[in-house]
Amino acid sequence: MLGRWAPGPGWGVLLALLLALGELPRARGVEEEPGDAHGGTQGFQVVTFKWHHVQDPYIIALWILVASLAKIGFHLSHKVTSVVPESALLIVLGLLLGGIVLAADHIASFSLTPTVFFFYLLPPIVLDAGYFMPNRLFFGNLGTILLYAVIGTVWNAATTGLSLYGVFLSGLMGDLNIGLLDFLLFGSLIAAVDPVAVLAVFEEVHVNEVLFIIVFGESLLNDAVTVVLYNVFESFVTLGGDKVTGVDCVKGIVSFFVVSLGGTLVGIVFAFLLSLVTRFTKHVRIIEPGFVFVLSYLSYLTSEMLSLSAILAITFCGICCQKYVKANISEQSATTVRYTMKMLASGAETIIFMFLGISAVDPLIWKWNTAFVLLTLLFISVYRAIGVILQTWILNRYRMVQLEIIDQVVMCYGGLRGAVAYALVVLLDENKVKEKNLFVSTTIIVIFFTVIFQGLTIKPLVQWLKVKRSEQRDPKLNEKLHGRAFDHILSAIEDISGQIGHNYLRDKWSNFDRKFLSKILMRRSAQKSRDRILNVFHELNLKDAISYVAEGERRGSLAFIRSPSTDNMVNVDFSTPRPSTVEASVSYLLRENVSAVRLDMQSLEQRRQSIRDAEDMITHHTLQQYLYKPRQEYKHLYSRHGLTADEDEKQDTEIFHRTMRKRLESFKSAKLGINPHKKAAKLLKRDRAQKRRNSSIPNGKLPIVSSLQDFTIKEKDLELSDTEEAPNYDDEMSGGIEFLANIAQDTATDSPSGIDNPAFSPEESPGVLSGVPPWLCPGEAVVPSQRARLQIPHSPGNFHRLAPFRLSGKSVDSFLLADGPEEQPHAAPPESTHM
Amino acid sequence: MGSRSSHAARIPDVDSLRQETGFSQASLRRLYDRFNALDRTGKGYLSRMDLQQIGALAVNPLGDRIIDSFFPDGSLRLDFPGFVRVLAHFRPVDEEDDGNRDPKEPEPLNSRMNKLRFAFQLYDLDRDGKISRHEMLQALRLMVGVQVTEEQLESIADRTVQEADEDGDGAVSFLEFAKSLEKMNIEQKMSIRILK
Repeated sequence: MLGRWAPGPGWGVLLALLLALGELPRARGVEEEPGDAHGGTQGFQVVTFKWHHVQDPYIIALWILVASLAKIGFHLSHKVTSVVPESALLIVLGLLLGGIVLAADHIASFSLTPTVFFFYLLPPIVLDAGYFMPNRLFFGNLGTILLYAVIGTVWNAATTGLSLYGVFLSGLMGDLNIGLLDFLLFGSLIAAVDPVAVLAVFEEVHVNEVLFIIVFGESLLNDAVTVVLYNVFESFVTLGGDKVTGVDCVKGIVSFFVVSLGGTLVGIVFAFLLSLVTRFTKHVRIIEPGFVFVLSYLSYLTSEMLSLSAILAITFCGICCQKYVKANISEQSATTVRYTMKMLASGAETIIFMFLGISAVDPLIWKWNTAFVLLTLLFISVYRAIGVILQTWILNRYRMVQLEIIDQVVMCYGGLRGAVAYALVVLLDENKVKEKNLFVSTTIIVIFFTVIFQGLTIKPLVQWLKVKRSEQRDPKLNEKLHGRAFDHILSAIEDISGQIGHNYLRDKWSNFDRKFLSKILMRRSAQKSRDRILNVFHELNLKDAISYVAEGERRGSLAFIRSPSTDNMVNVDFSTPRPSTVEASVSYLLRENVSAVRLDMQSLEQRRQSIRDAEDMITHHTLQQYLYKPRQEYKHLYSRHGLTADEDEKQDTEIFHRTMRKRLESFKSAKLGINPHKKAAKLLKRDRAQKRRNSSIPNGKLPIVSSLQDFTIKEKDLELSDTEEAPNYDDEMSGGIEFLANIAQDTATDSPSGIDNPAFSPEESPGVLSGVPPWLCPGEAVVPSQRARLQIPHSPGNFHRLAPFRLSGKSVDSFLLADGPEEQPHAAPPESTHM
Repeated sequence: MGSRSSHAARIPDVDSLRQETGFSQASLRRLYDRFNALDRTGKGYLSRMDLQQIGALAVNPLGDRIIDSFFPDGSLRLDFPGFVRVLAHFRPVDEEDDGNRDPKEPEPLNSRMNKLRFAFQLYDLDRDGKISRHEMLQALRLMVGVQVTEEQLESIADRTVQEADEDGDGAVSFLEFAKSLEKMNIEQKMSIRILK
């Protein structure tokens, strides 16, 4: 391979020609290109054609380009991609391309080599899976996942291998040079469900979260079992059947524990290192994302080097580091990591499937044995089904969330085989395993069958199983509305009744994490902001601000603030009034202007008209579109191709804001001893209703309404400052703080937070207290610090969005300052923003 | 698990609770563990705050109303029987129960009507047995995104009430509510399989 990098042009071309006949990915281009260069002299040439010089990387880049273009092509037609999984399309494309190459070259020049697969294509996919793993769900179901991954895989391998051997003995397969151990070896490599294939297919089939995590987790974790079984049987085959002793079997079992636990340990160690390193990258932000990739890749290579389970290592590296890394690195780096990881994984997956197709077009590897192929297909399906049913039967006695028949069907059917099996089978040594080619062709058939056929049919199957009784009837408004309400109720009740168990262990762990791990692995600033709801709130605000500014930029100016018609007020609710003394603030002035600007009578009239004309259909449509979705419907746990959809976050943001606002109001009323269901609550509701109407409908009566409203608010304030002491208040209040902190914790698990936000850690910056808007002062007198803590971020009534706080993104800073300049100086944080 | 069995022993009135709610012993034990986990300070009852600590409820549009429904009549404490009684509404309906149930006994908490009643009281804030237009509007506000204008909301509320309102009083009574949903498989929609 020396010639590839040889400097001399003439030499190089000659060498390239020689090499073209040699091994590895060779270009078709070689044959068309070199005619003129061939006769090149040794003298100086102005332009030289140095194909050889770039050959390998060039070909790789071209393949990636082809695969990516193909992906674009697939998605041009929504119909195709909604029916056929992408992985199946890619395999078919690979077959076609392979056919073309074969027709042109007469030998199959390209194939997926195990080295490339295991060293370059698999790691990004698995790292991506680990890094974006929904941890809570994963560990909540860890027992189940492990059972399926370990026992299930051993069961599949053993039964498939033994049954095939049994049939072989009966003579149905004809004359083959295979022994029992070869069958078991084959069984072990064909047994494992493949993470790449499973993800590619399940991504498009939206099954419930528990089911998803079980199938997904199983496919990731069974790698250790596969590797061990594969290694054990391979060495047994090498030894020869008669020389295998009981000691070797025991060693095999021991090696399973060593390989799996060792791999996991390596992963955890590297996760620890990675978290620790990112803690100190404050001044080298630009290479921060690099650490994530390099260190996790090293974990993979290290465990490969120690012949431990590399997949487990990199999976657990991703799982364990995600929390700390996300907290440590800057927001930009976090985004970079996210996108790069998705890009690498998605690209690797595309290439894998395409090359699976291409590799299959090679006359040399095909050795057909109908009985063997068909029986393999039969056995892997049947034994998987039996295995799943047996294990589920056992598991359901212990599981809180029962796995029902439908789930089991999906689990059986989701047992897709993929590139891991292919790479392993190609790795076999032909001298030891005489029927290697038969194994290879059977494996390819199995992969194609599971990915294409099962992949195609699993979606209709899931739909068919779920929608058992499809009624052709338009639901009535009531049904639609209440139906959605039921969904929300159910998900709330699930949360309350503790859908996912293991609370005790989780509490212990989070205690340990808070006391030790986070202290070591997280920046001090990140530690602070993590435990607070303020951080969550800050993030929400930041998002609001960004969308707000983006909207402004889209329109060329920020002038739209003044005419807040509802459709451009994405989340931003500036126009809620701030009563009494803050008149001077900019936002107040802006709002005052609003009433004048809003009187665009014509558009107003139009809108009214259209609403008056609105048919039921429109109403239905509106509901359909804007009713909040319950959690199950929108929460995609893990997606290779997409990052979390904006919509969901927006919804969460909205509801979160609303809920918090309401709770704060009820704190207030609880403090006063007024039953929240009665007077105050009603008053507040009326008040809010007015505000809402005020904010969202530009109508002519605005001035009257707002004066009315001011009145109401004053009345409310009077009432609130009425009584000072109430029973239970302190109790509730401290609970409230705890509650806020806890929410922050809970929410923080799924929201990446790379923000240092000192202004939001109230304990450390007492100066914030004086930044409380003056109109809050009456209440302040009672328990100053606590109330202040509660009310800085979300003042009741208007929630005080976009209140002054330090942003780590500088671009929006100045804009935000405009909203509350009077408070900014007080909020000066002890630590400056980092960049 | 030693801690579990000791918990089980401490559940007050296990048997009568089982009778009343239809939960199995195991479910009750599990719920008791959950109850104790939610009660972080170990005070023996739950306050609103304890439930509000569940992060996911903060992003559930009906979260607070559902929390409220655990505290009937403005009470501040939720004991274990009360906790279980509310959850019992969501126990799946099992077929064999229906067949041999004594008609004289009160309807089980997880009957269709009781499931509906639970949902109904989430709307009916003033407890007058009717969902007024105003109450419907409030519920809509909670459940619909900010993209929808108030006018649209009002029109939706109007239509919804009109559609279900049969006696023309401008409000939805419980019977009207149940009737408007008669085609819906409430037994399935309002059941959680883990609450067996």
